[in-house]
Amino acid sequence: MKRLLSLALALAPLTGWANPDPSNWGAVLQEAEGQTVYWHAWGGSTATNDFIAWVGARLEEDHDITLNHVKLENTADAVTRVLTEKSAGQDEDGAVDLIWINGANFASMKDADLLFGPFAEALPNWQYANTENSTLTHDFTVPTEGYESPWAMAQVVFMHDTKDLPERLGSMDALLDWAREHPGRFTYPQPPDFLGTTFLKQALVDLSDDPEVLAPPVNEDNYVEVTAPLWAFLEELTPLLWREGRAYPPTGPRQLQLMNDDEIDLAISFSPGEASTAIANYQLPESVRTFVLDKGTIGNASFVAIPYNSGSKAASMVVANFLMSPEAQLRAQDPEVLGYGTVLDMNALPVHDRAAFRTLDLGVATLSPEELGAVQPEPHPSWMTRIAEDWVARYGVGN
Amino acid sequence: MRLPPALPALTILALLGPVLAGLWGTLSAALGHLPAAGLNGPSLIAFQALWEWPGLASSVRLSLGTGVLATVISLVVTMLLLAGWSGTRAFRALLGVLSPLLSVPHAAAAFGLLFLIQPSGWIARLLSPWLTGWQRPPDLLLVQDPMGVAMVLGLVVKEVPFLLLISLAALGQIDASRRLQVAQALGYGRVTAWIYSVFPALYARIRLPVLVVLAYSMSVVDVAVILGPNTPPSLSVQIVRWMGDPDLTLRTVASAAAMLQFGLVALAIALWFGAEVLLAQTGLRCAYRGRRGSHDRMVRAVGFVSGGVIVGAVLLGLIGLSLWSVAARWSFPDVLPDGLSLRSWQRNGTAMLPSLATTFTIALAATAAGLLLTLGCLETEQRRQLTLTQKGLWLLYLPLLVPQTAFLPGMQTLLLNLDVDRSLGAVVLAHLVFVLPYLRLALEGPYRTWDLRQAAVAATMGASDNRIFLTLRLPMLLAPILTACAVGMAVSVGQYLPTLLVGGGRVQTLTTEAVALAAGGDRRAIGAYALAQTAAALLPFALALAVPMLVWRNREGLHHA
Amino acid sequence: MPDGLRLDNLTLWRDGTALLSLDLLVRPGEVTSLMGPSGVGKSTLLAAITGQLPPGFSTKGDIRLNDRSLLGLPPQARRVGILFQDHLLFPHLSVGGNLAFGLAPTIPRRDRRAKIEAALDAIGLTGFHDRDPETLSGGQKARVALMRMLLSAPSALLLDEPFSRLDTDLRDQMRRLVFSHAAERRLPTLLVTHDAADAEAAGGPVIHLPATQ
Repeated sequence: MKRLLSLALALAPLTGWANPDPSNWGAVLQEAEGQTVYWHAWGGSTATNDFIAWVGARLEEDHDITLNHVKLENTADAVTRVLTEKSAGQDEDGAVDLIWINGANFASMKDADLLFGPFAEALPNWQYANTENSTLTHDFTVPTEGYESPWAMAQVVFMHDTKDLPERLGSMDALLDWAREHPGRFTYPQPPDFLGTTFLKQALVDLSDDPEVLAPPVNEDNYVEVTAPLWAFLEELTPLLWREGRAYPPTGPRQLQLMNDDEIDLAISFSPGEASTAIANYQLPESVRTFVLDKGTIGNASFVAIPYNSGSKAASMVVANFLMSPEAQLRAQDPEVLGYGTVLDMNALPVHDRAAFRTLDLGVATLSPEELGAVQPEPHPSWMTRIAEDWVARYGVGN
Repeated sequence: MRLPPALPALTILALLGPVLAGLWGTLSAALGHLPAAGLNGPSLIAFQALWEWPGLASSVRLSLGTGVLATVISLVVTMLLLAGWSGTRAFRALLGVLSPLLSVPHAAAAFGLLFLIQPSGWIARLLSPWLTGWQRPPDLLLVQDPMGVAMVLGLVVKEVPFLLLISLAALGQIDASRRLQVAQALGYGRVTAWIYSVFPALYARIRLPVLVVLAYSMSVVDVAVILGPNTPPSLSVQIVRWMGDPDLTLRTVASAAAMLQFGLVALAIALWFGAEVLLAQTGLRCAYRGRRGSHDRMVRAVGFVSGGVIVGAVLLGLIGLSLWSVAARWSFPDVLPDGLSLRSWQRNGTAMLPSLATTFTIALAATAAGLLLTLGCLETEQRRQLTLTQKGLWLLYLPLLVPQTAFLPGMQTLLLNLDVDRSLGAVVLAHLVFVLPYLRLALEGPYRTWDLRQAAVAATMGASDNRIFLTLRLPMLLAPILTACAVGMAVSVGQYLPTLLVGGGRVQTLTTEAVALAAGGDRRAIGAYALAQTAAALLPFALALAVPMLVWRNREGLHHA
Repeated sequence: MPDGLRLDNLTLWRDGTALLSLDLLVRPGEVTSLMGPSGVGKSTLLAAITGQLPPGFSTKGDIRLNDRSLLGLPPQARRVGILFQDHLLFPHLSVGGNLAFGLAPTIPRRDRRAKIEAALDAIGLTGFHDRDPETLSGGQKARVALMRMLLSAPSALLLDEPFSRLDTDLRDQMRRLVFSHAAERRLPTLLVTHDAADAEAAGGPVIHLPATQ
């Protein structure tokens, strides 16, 4: 049975698009009318929740689609849910219609044949997507192959309080030098928190002479050698951290409060617009700015995927398509709303949309696309898991 | 009419069913049996994984240390306050402020305390920079310290009001003031007299609540998440982390840790019993020597100052949080924000409404069910002329003595295997376990002291037992019943772990939202949620005071109650 | 067998010890007084007659009212009214509400108010229907309690030191009221008292109970 299924999936690209067929968009729109979409998406941010509510209102208006936001604490919950349904044989009308997903969760769902598709590259708005950007087609090095559709760009930036740290730092080594002179003024979220692990990955990529070795899965033969610079770096950095590394902020947003209280001067963020939004909300001092490293910083895209057993596949594709629309992308990029990076290619856009993006005020602390520079690819997801485990054993249990 | 013992049986089932089933579920998952994850035991893999977890020693030490320390300090402060001050005007004033604090949820009190004592907190701001010279917060590990000192403080400020009010109820039954008078007349100082003559009798009556404090403090999660260390966290917090992991197999490790937690609490209670014996012997020897201890000024001062500090800490903390919820920009070391803004209330207000509704739905359902069972039990016992024995009392307290982290994981895995976890009904059932004992404790006294001759007179006039119950007893006990309901609702509103674990993260109440926000550290949002949470717990108390006054405004005979 | 309240070789036991033994007949309209030191079991005896014996107590013999054995009947079915020294008015009901509580439910709604007003007239409390019982004087409360009990139409009357809380002048007034109503309704009445004057005013047989050893 399972072999048959994977065979069918392997043949899918040859036998044409999935059913419903997104290349026949008129039929999709017709079928989508009146459907209800349960979008399982992380619900930890008021700004994101408000944005999703707005998306729902717009879809109701245009296509009579009801969008329900199922607020997740952890995306893996939705993955588990679909997996449970599959093992229970519930192959139709499952609880999840759309998932905000990327990285390891996508890889495991794709591996387990839990996704509907391919559909993304046949969506009408795909024509505007910045296909030059490999992070739209490779999610943590795993090829997306049309099984998920991008809707936001994330890239590592560092937020610094220019009152205490006026100049940007160009590399992890520069960060360490600065920390030596200013002990206790930097920290990062405690791994296995997503952002904390991202800091470890960023350090590994920046310290590594050859980041290419991080593209394939972890290999026990060279793991020690590849990660040695990271652990050496952390050995030096940890005693120089806030609270000497004996306590860490549990999540990314906690760093904002620390920065606002002037407990730290430097923090990592995965959203280039976060600092501007936080300044507008009084959560950060007005003196905060952002920078990227000389060699660039890692970035990835946020995607939406449709489980194989969704009962509203047509409407889910309409949602995915709308998320890629210039209208939605512009709103998401507005620092007053979300401050997320766009996945669209400015040159592919109609003139008036391009103008709207150009005139959008990104906020005082947001870097322009040129300043953000090159996006470094994410290491293979297995690196993230392995490094986080090692970190917990070394620093997470108090010695 | 003799009632069938259906309600008492149902009550015992509601009290002990989840606990025993939960312990069973925990045990079987700990032994590697978890069909939902495709695991079939028995095996010792989970225990082995727990044993190999590098943080085990630290987190066990932390749970045991903070729990015992918090209990000892809470008990000592409570006793010093009572010994030095009970019956005085200062004591009544302190009590007036302390009793409402009892209904402030643990999480809200912990948030308030966090803002007070952290290096960038209010105390540091008040003293900076003029006294300390700090232009920026010092890099001191004042909260989330590896020893758990901040966590102990957070527990003490909540447990002292609890022990104090429990003690006051007990003092009425042991003729404390005359005992004290007699001992003082023999030349003993007030504190010494109280300790020799009142304390032993009092302690016998509050022993179970003290053990509840011990078990609770050792296994607390919300306070530990907010104020406790996390490299590693206390055992209970780690259990919750493992329980929340999408990798279902980690639930077996969580369950193994939960069994360890159970053992730890049992061990601590055994140690406590040992300490009781030692203390009693020492006390008797001291009493025999007859030292009067008439210079007890210092001791009294320490007691009063501790009481004042507790009241001050919780109140100031709550005020600080209210201020944050309406603060515009507010940086260190400013004592007050630059301006005020309703933005956080606007941002969080709409998101808060559904969780507010869920909070009240659960609290009302659990309290209503609990009230039905409790009144049913009391009435049945009354008609069958039974009284609550010491054994019955232990039974009642059992759900509060078994650490939550020991049976709730099992309850969740059982529900998961039955595929009915994450439902509102399951959460209500879990809350009922904790609401029932408090309802019973709150109603026991008023129900028993109701003048039975009223019923006797009514019966001779032909009124049936049910008519007496419905038209006489219930209306006359309106005030205590509503107070008991308020206690029940406050207990339910404050529940973190049962909601989180049994609700599987799906059922969101003000408390779970507030604790989840703790991780984000956004003081404005936390302030708004903590205030809403406190208000939700206090509102029923206000109603419990107001409604009887309104309903019985023309009935002076009920005003003393 | 004659009408009235009959204690037929009744012995009151507590945990296997006999407290007191009585064999007496109280005829309709007659007041029999029981006197004796406290602790002798007088009040418990009354509880045995109303069917509300506390745990630990038991009786041997029979209690009959108008030739019907009361043993085995629940208090509600015995039709024995009792008055205590405390008025025991229900504090949450108005004066009228208290009286209505005594009135049998079989009396239709439209007649109830008239009956209660008449009862208030009879005890000199005209217009007191909506008053809070707590605002009444001691004597007024005692009268309401009496009338409430009489409205329940008892077949016998038990009085447990009902006058001892009253001032001397009120006491006399109250005795007359109670005894006249009892006589009017031809109720067999059993009075338990410390006060010889009570027994004297009752005018019936007086039984002195010996102290138990």
